[in-house]
Amino acid sequence: MSKTKQAVRIDEHIIEIVSDSGEGAQKAGQTFGTISAKMGNGVWTVEIIPAEIKPPARSPAGASGIRIRLGSHYITNMGNAADIVVALNEQVLYSRIATHAYKRGTVVLLENKWLTDPNPEIIKQYQSAVAEFRENGLVVLEVPMEVECLKLTPRPRLGKNMFVLGMLNHIYSRDMEKAYREVAFTFQRKGQKVIDLNHKLLQAGYDFAKENIDYHYDIPLWREPDSKDPLIVTNGNQAMGLGVMASGMDLVSMYPITPATSASHYLADVYHQVGGFVHQAEDEIAAVGFAIGSSYAGKTACTITSGPGLALKTEFIALAVMAEIPLVIGVVQRGGPSTGLPTKVEQGDLLASLYGEPGDAPKIVIAASTIEECFHFVIMARKLAETFRTPVILLTDANLGTGVQPYPRPDAKAEWLAAPIDQSPWEKDVPPFDWNEETGLSSRPIVGQPGGEFVLTGLAHTKQSKVAYDRDSNQRGCNMRSRKLAALYGTLKAPEIHGESEGDILVVGWGSTLGAIEEAVDQLQNEGHKVSSIHLRFLSPLEPGLKEIFSKFKNILTIEINYSDEADAPLITSGNRRYTQLAMILRAQTLVDVDCWSNVHGQPIQPGLIYDELIRRLKN
Amino acid sequence: MFGLKADWSVDIKERYFALGDYAGGEARWCPGCGDHAVLTVVQRICRDNQLPPEMTVAVSGIGCSSRLPHYMGTYGFHGLHGRALPVACGIKSRRPELDVWVATGDGDCYSIGAGHWLHAVRYNMNMTVLVFDNNIYGLTKKQTSPTTPLGFKSNTHPQGAILAPLNPLTATLGISNVSFLAQTVDWNPAHLYATIKAAHAHKGFSLVNIIQRCPVFSEQLSKDLQDNPSKLLLLTHENGIPIEEKLLRFFPNTQEHDPSNMSEAYDIATNLSPAPIGLLYHDPEVPCYEELSSMGNNMGVEDKLAGINAALDQFAV
Ligand SMILES: Cc1ncc(C[n+]2csc(CCOP(=O)(O)OP(=O)(O)O)c2C)c(N)n1
Ligand SMILES: [Mg+2]
Repeated sequence: MSKTKQAVRIDEHIIEIVSDSGEGAQKAGQTFGTISAKMGNGVWTVEIIPAEIKPPARSPAGASGIRIRLGSHYITNMGNAADIVVALNEQVLYSRIATHAYKRGTVVLLENKWLTDPNPEIIKQYQSAVAEFRENGLVVLEVPMEVECLKLTPRPRLGKNMFVLGMLNHIYSRDMEKAYREVAFTFQRKGQKVIDLNHKLLQAGYDFAKENIDYHYDIPLWREPDSKDPLIVTNGNQAMGLGVMASGMDLVSMYPITPATSASHYLADVYHQVGGFVHQAEDEIAAVGFAIGSSYAGKTACTITSGPGLALKTEFIALAVMAEIPLVIGVVQRGGPSTGLPTKVEQGDLLASLYGEPGDAPKIVIAASTIEECFHFVIMARKLAETFRTPVILLTDANLGTGVQPYPRPDAKAEWLAAPIDQSPWEKDVPPFDWNEETGLSSRPIVGQPGGEFVLTGLAHTKQSKVAYDRDSNQRGCNMRSRKLAALYGTLKAPEIHGESEGDILVVGWGSTLGAIEEAVDQLQNEGHKVSSIHLRFLSPLEPGLKEIFSKFKNILTIEINYSDEADAPLITSGNRRYTQLAMILRAQTLVDVDCWSNVHGQPIQPGLIYDELIRRLKN
Repeated sequence: MFGLKADWSVDIKERYFALGDYAGGEARWCPGCGDHAVLTVVQRICRDNQLPPEMTVAVSGIGCSSRLPHYMGTYGFHGLHGRALPVACGIKSRRPELDVWVATGDGDCYSIGAGHWLHAVRYNMNMTVLVFDNNIYGLTKKQTSPTTPLGFKSNTHPQGAILAPLNPLTATLGISNVSFLAQTVDWNPAHLYATIKAAHAHKGFSLVNIIQRCPVFSEQLSKDLQDNPSKLLLLTHENGIPIEEKLLRFFPNTQEHDPSNMSEAYDIATNLSPAPIGLLYHDPEVPCYEELSSMGNNMGVEDKLAGINAALDQFAV
């Protein structure tokens, strides 16, 4: 191999680090992403997480790691096949290959210590895998990572990730000063000795790549490194946690569940800075009940969960609808049904959010489609919850929750914070549900307001909150609660169309697929195809103007990560086909023959797959 | 209602609350139901302590007994079956100044809400929890409850209850942070009053198991105790529930029991008959969860904005 070589200029690259879990691949990748974002590249990172904490070593199912997409432009999704992969063993690559993570020509920097393993079986596995990978077009470079790390530490398993980071830093011409700073920050709690060792490993990896690896790239910056418009880099769950703080909420009441928990981990660390409190309840039912109690007493609260937790919370959510208690419920969706795919993405909780409760339980449902929206939508959700005196479900998913991206630093404002609670006397003759006939809206007495004493109940009730024994009261209560959604609908704008407002196909999406859908649509538009897209943030009520928008396109297609029958699957007819969740709602609401395309592989949908599917449809 | 303050100015209490201030809708329990007696006592204690109605919240689950908030003139929260305690704890979490009462049933608390009962004892938030224990599901018409005695016939066990009953007293004593546990009967107004009053005065989670008459579905059970006071064991102690000398004659069995003595409390609680009446356990020193959960409660806008900005700084590029 040659020595110093000229860096090749590229527009973007996708890098993966995969290993057994516990080898620090994610830490290395996150640090790499942060360094790159701080330098001014567009970045998206997404974790590759095995479902088990300690899966067997060297097993395809145990693949753990991270994907980083770097570019000289703003990056909105995880992209298609990777360009360079660092793998700490060969077995974990099999599961990535199975998910189409790689292509012919993908470069694999593979730990080669297995070649000298005392177990001949492992040596055989390694050799046959390498041969197979090469046969399938992967460019395998065997790298003595263990040997190199052993020069610096007797326990290379713990430090190899920094060696990997060092290699990638050279390959992608990263700013090593920033790298040193990030590594020191990462290990700040572990003491100077640990920092020093990791710095040495980082440098060793860098030097090794400089001497021995031919690949060397330069990715022009998307923005000035020290630009005046500041950015922050977070994942979606941290963004949600920051949103909770910036919205002035008093309390997060939660029960641990993947992939939502890290939002609460983050808050548990910093929430005291704004006087907030994370309550870990005994179960999800108690978690939402506690939040409802707090909110009933005037202190704004939210609960953050995922599908199975949402299922347990339904009875309380219905109470919050019935008794008009403001409440924010964050749902970081994962694969279902049941325990499903705990660490993987799905958009499968839309209908459960809308219709999960027995009886009619109208509530506001919104979905964030970027990491930045995970922040801002919490603030919006709190305001909506209070203005409309209702629970608001904010949907995100595992892809947003664990994806990391730089975005404009929010400028925290006093008006985002919840107002202090009103303790002034309540006019005695104003009922606790003083429904405005037209909007269903009313303001609520808060405990402590003299004259406002009333008994909140989940039973059908009159506007005095008295248990209703007559035939009209339940009808009226339902009317009033439903009318609030109509009132909100009246304030919403039609969705913006990405592309021309007429054409052959209109793609409709919601949630984390935004970046991938728009990337695919952009490519098709550049090639002259008449394809546009819209992306919904409000799911209940739906955004206005959909029917008019749909009327200008020959075909309407939702792309979602939840189950649908393929139209041409065995036994499937137009009479029994089960559509994706958004498609079902759109069909019901617009009476337009909306089609859908989806999968439930537990993966973010790649823009390339969307492109291929749209091309197939354009040809038909 | 006058008082002299330290600076000699006269403090006139502007508001005086009468019993009527604590009365809500007319109680719709059956005639002879023990719930009436408890409601009356709760209202009297509110009056005697002059609790401002707007600062008082009655929280309940679902069941006959859980209708109590509707009959109070305070704020109230009539929520879900089994879930009174999480709501009550949430109310208290950021508003520790509120006076929180919980009305719950033997099914509501010890069956569907059992998990919350265990954990609420651990949280030890300052509230008065009244379990209306009629040994039966009343509202849903006579199903076996966790405290239904073995062999008692109900609509779900027409041949008689097949499981030994759960003992809420020993179970509660087994939970860490337990700070106040008492038992009383609804048909002795003086003891009922004194017990609930002591529970309310305790700073922490006070659980009172009230043996309650259900004249419709489990009348024999309470009648047996009413007719045979020897089936009750009155606990006496200077730190226990104060009881007037003249009432002692109603209780042929008494035992001196120091409520700080946990192992003796446990021994007493283990015996279902005679049923102990009085204060089983009291520890005024257990910390209350709301001391943690309400921290930062009154932080000002400037400080909050500074806190948010500090958090954002951590992620700055
Ligand atoms: C989730 C749910 N399950 C069941 C019920 C039906 N239910 C209402 S009250 C009750 C039992 C009440 O018994 P208890 O708590 O002892 O109260 P009591 O009526 O005896 O005072 C049941 C089973 C319900 N309301 N909600
Ligand atoms: Mg009962």
